[in-house]
Order: sequence, then structure tokens, then C-alpha cells
Amino acid sequence: MLKMANSFPEEVLEHVFSFIQSDKDRNSISMVCKSWYEIERWCRRRIFVGNCYAVSPRMVIRRFPEVRSIELKGKPHFADFKLVPEGWGGYVYPWIVAMAVAYPWLEEIRLKRMVVTDESLELIAKSFKNFKVLVLSSCEGFSTDGLAAIAANCRNLRELDLWESEVDDLSGHWLSHFPDTYTSLVSLNISCLGSEVSFSALERLVGRCPNLRSLRLNPAVPLERLANLLRQAPQLVELGTGTCLAELKPDVFSNLAGAFSGCKELKSLSGFWEVVPAYLPAVYSICPGLTSLNLSYASIQSPDLIKLVSQCQNLQRLWVLDYIEDVGLDALAASCKDLRELRVFPSDPFGLEPNVALTEQGLVSVSEGCPKLHSVLYFCRQMSNAALLTIARNQPNFTCFRLCIIEPRTPDYLTLQPLDVGFGAIVEHCKDLQRLSVSGLLTDRVFEYIGTYGKKLEMLSLAFAGDGDLGLHHVLSGCENLRKLEIRDCPFGDKALLDNAAKLETMRSLWMSSCSVSYGACKLLGQKMPRLNVEVIDERGPPDSRPESCPVEKLYIYRSIAGPRIDMPGFVWMMDEDSALRLS
Amino acid sequence: MSPENRNVEMPESEETKLTLGLPGDQSAKSGIKRGFSGTIDLNIGGSSEDDHEEQHDSDDDDVDVGGHIHLRSSETKAPEAKAQVVGWPPVRVSRIKNVKKSCKYVKVAVDGAPYLRKVDLQMYNSYHQLFTALDHMFSCFTIRNNLNYERKMMMEPASAAANGMEYVPTYEDKDGDWMLVGDVPWK
Repeated sequence: MLKMANSFPEEVLEHVFSFIQSDKDRNSISMVCKSWYEIERWCRRRIFVGNCYAVSPRMVIRRFPEVRSIELKGKPHFADFKLVPEGWGGYVYPWIVAMAVAYPWLEEIRLKRMVVTDESLELIAKSFKNFKVLVLSSCEGFSTDGLAAIAANCRNLRELDLWESEVDDLSGHWLSHFPDTYTSLVSLNISCLGSEVSFSALERLVGRCPNLRSLRLNPAVPLERLANLLRQAPQLVELGTGTCLAELKPDVFSNLAGAFSGCKELKSLSGFWEVVPAYLPAVYSICPGLTSLNLSYASIQSPDLIKLVSQCQNLQRLWVLDYIEDVGLDALAASCKDLRELRVFPSDPFGLEPNVALTEQGLVSVSEGCPKLHSVLYFCRQMSNAALLTIARNQPNFTCFRLCIIEPRTPDYLTLQPLDVGFGAIVEHCKDLQRLSVSGLLTDRVFEYIGTYGKKLEMLSLAFAGDGDLGLHHVLSGCENLRKLEIRDCPFGDKALLDNAAKLETMRSLWMSSCSVSYGACKLLGQKMPRLNVEVIDERGPPDSRPESCPVEKLYIYRSIAGPRIDMPGFVWMMDEDSALRLS
Repeated sequence: MSPENRNVEMPESEETKLTLGLPGDQSAKSGIKRGFSGTIDLNIGGSSEDDHEEQHDSDDDDVDVGGHIHLRSSETKAPEAKAQVVGWPPVRVSRIKNVKKSCKYVKVAVDGAPYLRKVDLQMYNSYHQLFTALDHMFSCFTIRNNLNYERKMMMEPASAAANGMEYVPTYEDKDGDWMLVGDVPWK
């Protein structure tokens, strides 16, 4: 075998490898033998780092010298819900500094949940001559000044996407920094920005970029402007509208309807802030072509939603507020037979009484009527084991099932039993389930089911569930493919964690907050497992100042070959080999 | 001709019982939505005809020039808020900012107008928009907004008094006090 490997010229192998894009496969190739490892590392162009602290920039650069595209993720997922304190970390600057030197031909940077400063953006703008793609997803720490630097300097920029980022919005003037000679824009997403950009600059930009495919405006762009933009870019495939709040004016309406009907390539619609239902018919002409519809910021009630959705027979993805109600989901199930992904968000997440007629029945209908449905995120206020059983049987193809019953520890509303059996049915029937979030009243029994059947499970989110350590033990010992586990407010303690310490090295990360893991156990874990970073996050002050048996507030454990990080804030303590020896 | 009072009555049905509060507060399980202490609470909830009549009479004695739009408040105080659970339900911050309650339909009654109208407070982003909309609805009357009113009072008290057919919007808060609309930020 060795002889055969050596007999292929490198160029041939490189050419063969170039057809293999998936990281997993690339990693497998690199482990075949030393020469394949060498060849592969020189021709890897795309890197994905799921946890920016798992590896250092220097290590990545050393192994992969010719990277063109990098994706980095920073904070843990629960940061989206404000469970990670401000200042925890996830700074991209050290990466940019290192890559500015090592990867002058870098073309793409994609970041998620990272802290990005204007300094970083300015360095990107200056350092990478062929820079093409910047995606900042749920990031923070930068202002529109940084965006201005990108706009002014990146002559070959194709994509600028600020998906859900928190931007210090100083003014809309940054958009005008795109030079008049700049024409290569393909995708622009500024939906998270608050302030008004210059409409004439926007129109001119849109007008001179013939390859523009995706345009997601921010709420500051009023309805009257939308028609003009659409006429400048009838080739658009994805559109995010600005705000739609306006009294119905017949001329604005007909102008808009006309503009929409000219966009024959439109497949995805989003935005719809403050939409007045009377304007919705303006989009009817393109509904049959839509595959993706995001109405999750629109307070449209179910009658108007039904009218809209019934026209979208080719819809594959729908994000909507629970205003759609059961009756709307029935209509969805009847009209949209190609539906693959559904997300129903709560319109009133903090109210105690249901404000809409949305129950478990809506989800049952959709699972029945949409044979291709495989991904669901559903917020509701009541659930039953019977419904979950029906859903599981109707739709064994779920790959992602996230159910959030709004009130913690809510039992089956029919039987007042825990929902263990229902979720058990989901994991048992859905053999390809990769992502699961559970809620409602749950005992350790549900974790027995999850450990037994969740063999393909990669990401699991738990909250207010379980009776004790056994629950966690079932999950850690049973779910062979588990990569990310995030837990809050569950009575899990030291034993399961310490018994399954080795498992943690096979995972990307474990988050536990408001559980019962003691400081002593954290120290022990950090000491035992040198390739794990065990971070204790506690805003009450040094854990040393409390008894060892005292549970820590938050715990974040992740595997890393970079060792302890050096940018920890004052409320994060790293448990490493020395921690057991440190004096209190 | 003395200006008529214009009253806004609250609907009595349970669905339109409303309370404004900070996002994230959770009230106790009694089902009454939360209020919060320490700030002005605009409680819009069930009404009683008797209260309405009393207010009508007392308003005639008010010194205010012009009429009033009254937003009726509920007499019940919200119970103590339940302890806040951070990060639950798991909804991103950007969605919470957009969260609105179910439609806040509010009855607007004007003495002298032949019928009442209903207005959805959520359709508007500012007091100015609300007044403009009410203007359109009651096109025979004009609503003076808060700022203009104050300016006129300071500079030309005489002319303010002369604008006989203009209206000043007021509402009744949970303490039963009649407040000028516009002091509290819209949200």
C-alpha cells in the first residue's frame, strides 16, 4: 500500500483531493499516511474552527499554509439568550493579526458569536487584497466605522452579511464608502442595522451591481423606496424588505406589486417589520416561486397569513410567529407539501396566558401533512405525550426537533404526567435525529430514552429537566455522536461528570449553568483531563472563597489543543493541572 | 361653544385586557398580566360604565382647554411579579425587541360623534402617528398633540383658548389619575 501511495505524483493526488470539500472527509484523508497528510495540508483551502479556543491561530497557520476561507465560532450557543456574561471572550482580533501575515490571499471570513472590533475590520480591509466574503453572524463589538473601512477598501467584495449582529450604529453614511467603480456585490444583509442609510447611495449601489442576488434591507428603508430598488435589481433571488408600516396608498401599492412581479427569480422573502396586511397582496405574484419565507418579525394575524401561505405551494422553509395559530398551520399542511423546515416563534414569550390559539395540534397537522418536514423549532404552551407520539410516527425523518414549552416543567396537559414517553418516541422513531431540544416536565427516564436511541444525536439542549446524576450519565454514556451538550437548571452533579470525563474529549463542548456541579469536581476534572479546558464562570467572586462543595454558577468545558486561554475576564477561572496545587 | 369631551373606553373582554411592562417580567399565575412598581403603569383593562360617567362629569370642571381623549384604565393592580428567569424562554434578544402583545385594540368614543371607533395601539410607533390616525378617524375634530399644546400655552395662551374645537388627549392611569398623553415614552 505504501508503494502505491508513493507512486502517484503529488499533483494527481492534489487534483483528486480538490473534489473533496467536506471537512470530515478531508480530515480522514489526512490520516491515511504521512505523505497524504502533507499533500492534503498544502491544498486545504477552507477551514472550519467550531470553537475558536480549541486551537490557536499559529497552530492552524502552521498546518494549513494556503487557506483562502476560514469560519470561526466563538461564544457558546447559550450566549444568544444572555447566559454568557459580557466580556467572556471570543475575540477575533488575534486571528486577524496572525492571518494578515500568513494568508495575504485570504478571501472569506465567516464569524459566529465573536467579538469583532473596528480595528479588526480595518485590518481585514487593509490586509487581504482579494477579500470577497465577510459574514458576521451574531457578532458584536464593531461600529459602522468598521463597515465603512470594508466598503472603501475591499474592491472585490462579493458578500457582506451582518446577520443578527449588534452594531454600534453611528450613522448610515458608511454605505456611501463603496466607490463608484465598485460593482461586484452579490449579497448584502444589513437587516440588523438601525439607522437610515442614504437611499440614493443604496439605489446607485444596487443599480451598478449586476450580480446582486441577495439584498436584505434594514427597517429604516420605507416601503416607498422598495419598488425602486426592485426595479433596479429584478434579478434578485433573496429579498429582505425594510419596514412596511404605511397607510395603504393605492399608487404605492400598485407600484410595489408591479415591481415584485418583475422579480421572476425571487425565491426568498424576509423582513416585513411592521407590515400592514393590506400590502401583502403586492407579493402574491411571486409567491408560487418562493421556497423560503421569514415572517418572524411580522405581526400579521392568521387570516392574512393563511391567504399568503396558501399561495406558496413550493415553500420549503417557513419562519413565522405563533399568530399563525393551529388553523394557519392546518392551511400550511394542506398547501405546502414541499415544506422542509418550520420555525414558530412566540409573539408573547413572557405572558402567562396564551395570547393566540396555537397548541400542539398545529405541529401534529404539519407533521402529518408535510412528508418532507425534517427540521422544526416550535414554541407553544401545551403539549401531550399522545401528540408527541403521533408526531414521531407521522414524521420519522426529523433531523432537528426543538420544542420549547414556554412554562418550565409543564406536564402533559391531558394526563399531567411527565413528557418522558413523548420525547422518547421522538428519539426512538427519528433515527436520523441530529439535534434535539426538550422541555416541559421531564424525569431521568427521558434521558434513558435519549441515551438508548439517540445514536446520531450531535447537539442536545436541556433545561429544567431530570431528577439527578443518572440523567446526565445516560446521555453522556449513550449518545455516541454527541458533540455539543448545553444544560441549564438541571439537578446534575459531580458523579456523572467525573464518571464520563473521557467522553468530554470526544465532544466540542459542554455547558452547564445553574446545575449542581461543585467547585471541587471542576478542579478535579481540570486536573485529570489536560486536553480539556474547564472554565468556571462565576460572577459571585473567586470560587476559592467558598467551600469546595459549593456548586459553581456556570461551567463551560471544551476540548482544546491550545491550552488555557490568556484572555479570560475576572469572572472566569480555568481549572488546569495546577489548580489542585494552588493555594486558596 | 364648549368643547365636548371625548372618551376612550376600554373593552371589557378578557382578550383585550392589557398591561404594559418591561420585557422579561413575569407576573404571578393569577392570569393578570404584570405591572411593575416604580414607574407609571398604563393599565388598560376592563371598564365599568359607572366610572366612565363619573369621569365625564368631573372633566367638565377641568380647567383644560379643549376636549379630552380618555384611555380607561383597570382598577385592579397587578400582583407581584414572579422572579425573572434569565434567558427563558430561549428567544434571541433581537426577537424580544420585536415582541409585541396581541393587538391592543382600544375603543375611542367622542361625545358628539355618532359612533365609536376602535384603534389598535400596536399599529403606531409614536404618539404623533396615533394622533394622526385619530385625526383621520374623527375628521371633524382636530387633535392637538402634546408638544404643540405646551408651546402654545407658553407663548400664546389667548390663541390656545380660542382653538375651541381642538382636543387634548388624556388617559386614566391605574391610580385613577387623568394624565396627559405623551409624557411617557411610547413603548
